[in-house]
Amino acid sequence: MNVMSKDVDSGLTEKVSVRDLKFYYGSTLALKSITIPLYERQVTAFIGPSGCGKSTLLRVLNRMYDLYPNQRAEGEIMFDGENVLDMKDLNLLRSRIGMVFQKPTPFPMTIYENIAFGLRLYERLPKSEVDARVESALEKAALWKEVKDKLHSSGLSLSGGQQQRLCIARTVAIRPEVILFDEPCSALDPISTAKVEELIDELKHEFTIAIVTHNMQQAARVSQRTAFMYLGELVEFGDTKKLFTNPTDSRTQDYITGRFG
Amino acid sequence: MALDLARYRRRRIRSMITISLCWAASAIGLTILAVILATLVYKGFAGLGPAVFTEMTPPPGNDGGLLNAIAGSLVMTFIGVAVGTPIGVLAGTYMAEYGRYNKVSSVIRFINDILLSAPSIVTGLFIYEVLVRPMGHFSAIAGAAALAVLVIPTVVRTTENMLLLVPNQLREASSALGMPQSLVIRKVAYKAARAGMITGVLLAVARVSGETAPLLFTALNNQFWSTNLNAPMASLPVVIFQYALSPYEDWQRLAWTGALLITAAVLTLSIAARWLGSSRTSQ
Repeated sequence: MNVMSKDVDSGLTEKVSVRDLKFYYGSTLALKSITIPLYERQVTAFIGPSGCGKSTLLRVLNRMYDLYPNQRAEGEIMFDGENVLDMKDLNLLRSRIGMVFQKPTPFPMTIYENIAFGLRLYERLPKSEVDARVESALEKAALWKEVKDKLHSSGLSLSGGQQQRLCIARTVAIRPEVILFDEPCSALDPISTAKVEELIDELKHEFTIAIVTHNMQQAARVSQRTAFMYLGELVEFGDTKKLFTNPTDSRTQDYITGRFG
Repeated sequence: MALDLARYRRRRIRSMITISLCWAASAIGLTILAVILATLVYKGFAGLGPAVFTEMTPPPGNDGGLLNAIAGSLVMTFIGVAVGTPIGVLAGTYMAEYGRYNKVSSVIRFINDILLSAPSIVTGLFIYEVLVRPMGHFSAIAGAAALAVLVIPTVVRTTENMLLLVPNQLREASSALGMPQSLVIRKVAYKAARAGMITGVLLAVARVSGETAPLLFTALNNQFWSTNLNAPMASLPVVIFQYALSPYEDWQRLAWTGALLITAAVLTLSIAARWLGSSRTSQ
């Protein structure tokens, strides 16, 4: 990485600090020494052409890559004073760094259970408390009004956009500190997309958010910081407005004006 | 426009020939099946009466039914499936979930495939060696054990396949909530694969309930009512085998009736398995 915008660091705390992160798929180097902060209660967007490593970076943050063989990360990801890459209890880590995926992935259970199930993993709660938490999570995901009368029908019966908001509710319900969004709108129609974007804007008051997106307008709309990645490198990172109006690197300029990618 | 009509016509002719061959092949297969079923119904239906379900297998020249054989088949199939299913499900789960990427799984898969295609008479001989000979006599336990050995590979295979069909995204989504792997498997993967796994068990039941060879050397047969698992036990396939080969006409008639019963049961199970399988995909 060569350029860091100067106008950041104004009283913001780094919730997650990625330092000199390298990532390998087998022997292929997919992330080349990434250093980037995620600021608390801010939305950081990752943009870049397909295969640039933005999703990979996201999947390192919650150690998702650990599910697969022959994938390995080097470097440091400091999260509340601990290096994520050295953590042993990945389930605990993932309950603190939640993730929403590209495709909606409701579990094959009722809408209510989709949310309550995650809750019960880490907390022993009385039924009334679970009910309240389910409701508030659905409220936060702007889904409550649409599903409150059919909490006990299958999560699979919802539309794609609703399913994605259910997945967001599920993630929010267990009260993580950071939420990672991996192209959360790429399978959604424009109206659902708008809803999810509004939602992300709401959620940043409570959570630290990282979002990977192919849609530059989306990055401009929802984020305060934007990182442009290219071929496994972090090319430019900074204030979203600045990055989109006055990028420092010519590659960023070319990408946001649609000359490649 | 230069449309090469001759080429087009040739292609049509080739297509028609292929389609006719396909039709002919299906027709042959279906005809054979229809003839088998018709023969079974024609020969077996006459003997079907309450006595079949209430009386024991008779000595030659006497009236009787198939009660002890039906009961024996039910008992041994039940035990075989009850023992084989958990082993098969656990092994299949290991291969699809825990050991998906390691060598052990591919070795197990290879061995399982051999077991799956091994002639069932070999299984019978194997159980004869390891159970019947040491025990000194034929028994229902040995019969059930032989059936269990046949159930395992079928269930392993379907369990693994069905779990592999569960999208990885679902596992990732569950893990992303901080769910331990054991719960991901039990609460999410099993739920998503349930219909397919049940189908696999039903198919295994259908398979073993018609098996004769593995029971010949293990459970043998029993002319009388017996619920003693430590003694020889009658079963439909073995009774059919014995009676059909006999020179007595009334025995042969009972064999036909037994064959009809077993076919109807297996057919019902297969249809149930099909129905379960399709209700899963239409979800």
